[in-house]
Amino acid sequence: MRASLRRIWGMLFRHVSLYRRSWPRLLELAYWPTLQMVIWGLTARFFAARLGVAAAGASGALLTAASVLLGGVLLWEFALRSQMGVAISFLEEIWSRNLGHVFVSPLRPAELVTALFTISVLRTLAGVLPAVLLAWMLYAFNLFAMGPVLILFMVNLMAMGWWVSLAVVSLILRHGAGAEALAWSVLFGLAPFSCVFYPVSTLPAALRPLALALPSAHVFEGMRAVLNHGVIAWGHLGWAIGLNALWMAAAALLFARQFRAARVRGALLTIGE
Amino acid sequence: MPALAVENLTKRYPGGAAPAVDAISFEVAPGGTVGLLGGNGAGKTTTIAMVLGLLIPTEGRIVALGHDMARDRFAALARMNFSSPYLALPHRLSVRENLTVYAHLYDVARPARRIAELADELDLGELLDRPSGQLSAGQKTRVALAKSLINRPELLLLDEPTASLDPDTGDVVRTWLERYRAASGCALLLASHNMAEVERLCDQVLMMKRGRIVDRGSPAELIARYGREDLEEVFLDIARDRALSRDRAHEAV
Repeated sequence: MRASLRRIWGMLFRHVSLYRRSWPRLLELAYWPTLQMVIWGLTARFFAARLGVAAAGASGALLTAASVLLGGVLLWEFALRSQMGVAISFLEEIWSRNLGHVFVSPLRPAELVTALFTISVLRTLAGVLPAVLLAWMLYAFNLFAMGPVLILFMVNLMAMGWWVSLAVVSLILRHGAGAEALAWSVLFGLAPFSCVFYPVSTLPAALRPLALALPSAHVFEGMRAVLNHGVIAWGHLGWAIGLNALWMAAAALLFARQFRAARVRGALLTIGE
Repeated sequence: MPALAVENLTKRYPGGAAPAVDAISFEVAPGGTVGLLGGNGAGKTTTIAMVLGLLIPTEGRIVALGHDMARDRFAALARMNFSSPYLALPHRLSVRENLTVYAHLYDVARPARRIAELADELDLGELLDRPSGQLSAGQKTRVALAKSLINRPELLLLDEPTASLDPDTGDVVRTWLERYRAASGCALLLASHNMAEVERLCDQVLMMKRGRIVDRGSPAELIARYGREDLEEVFLDIARDRALSRDRAHEAV
């Protein structure tokens, strides 16, 4: 156990050292979440101002709508940054031609995955927390006002980012560096079905089952329940946790199969080419 | 017990017509050095990749330091190491950081002390706090060697350890390998195109061609068997399918 933790720490140390030496990388982590938050915050403020003039007295509802928008932007970043954190950290090993050294060390695949997940937590916190702080300073939006349930929302969205990234890493093992564009793009494709800014009922009926198969759709339904009605939708949270467990098991199976297939094909030797 | 025992090892890549490695067997004794010699595509790198567990053999068995690599490769990998000029260490990390990472991965006791020892022995003291990407080819090779020795391996696999090095640096590396082997009893498996290096370091040479071992013996035995001046001429005889040499080689195998 101690040796296993040390190997995981070794991989963590490798990535922490990288960020410690490169402030542009550190800045880049917070750049997009902050930019997104600023743009959507201004948009929410604009609509609130325009509609507020037209419908005096509806300011409470507008404020809630703006909160849903900002809350959605910030929480979605947890999924996005968590997914990118794993996939990009894995790609860093390919880009630096270090993957061969890692795979001939005693580091087990499960330890590598644990290290990548932990790195993604650090990257996500470093990226999103400044945006959360700025949202409070610029728009008086306090994400933590949702209460302790916020932690469950965050954890579920980060877990979703993990299994999506595990599937991406599996595809990189299968198709090589040619699949690396997925590291940036794959979760954007799931955003419309995650119903970040609108309820699942807004989707066409045929697409709703697809949305409800994603933990993120349940998290955002839960977030709206808190912000709109001040209640915790435990049913949605339960679904999010269960679906995450299911998808994580499927992604772990895919990763194990692709890792073995890569060892059969010799892809671990040529993955960066 | 040999440090490495390879038995009937075969690798056919999916969709590949001919096997990349075809039923080869050999052993490396503790403290011994075996060289894999052969042209490009002979199967040297594939063999090394299978020994390291990067590649799953189609058939055959590999036992490294008493561990069956098919069932228990991580126990063996903790006591082995590998160096190749085709792999790199993260460029932005300093040499010390890179060595620290691998000290943790190999669960090395007192990493700072081990790194200081290696820095002293391989003359890396001034390089320790420099980013690995800013080093010259020779310096990178010495750092790669330090990485491969971080866990005091009992079995060391080297893929062209002195490729692209000037003669002086190449000699420093070879001298260091000889010293380490003598002091530790480490077994070496070496793939190289440098015949002088193979003659100097190896007590057993496996001549590979199209995935098969076509001849084997000590450098002196091979040179005598082919009636040549040096190993390079033997290599050319085999590479160019010179009939007499090949017949004699088959007898030897």
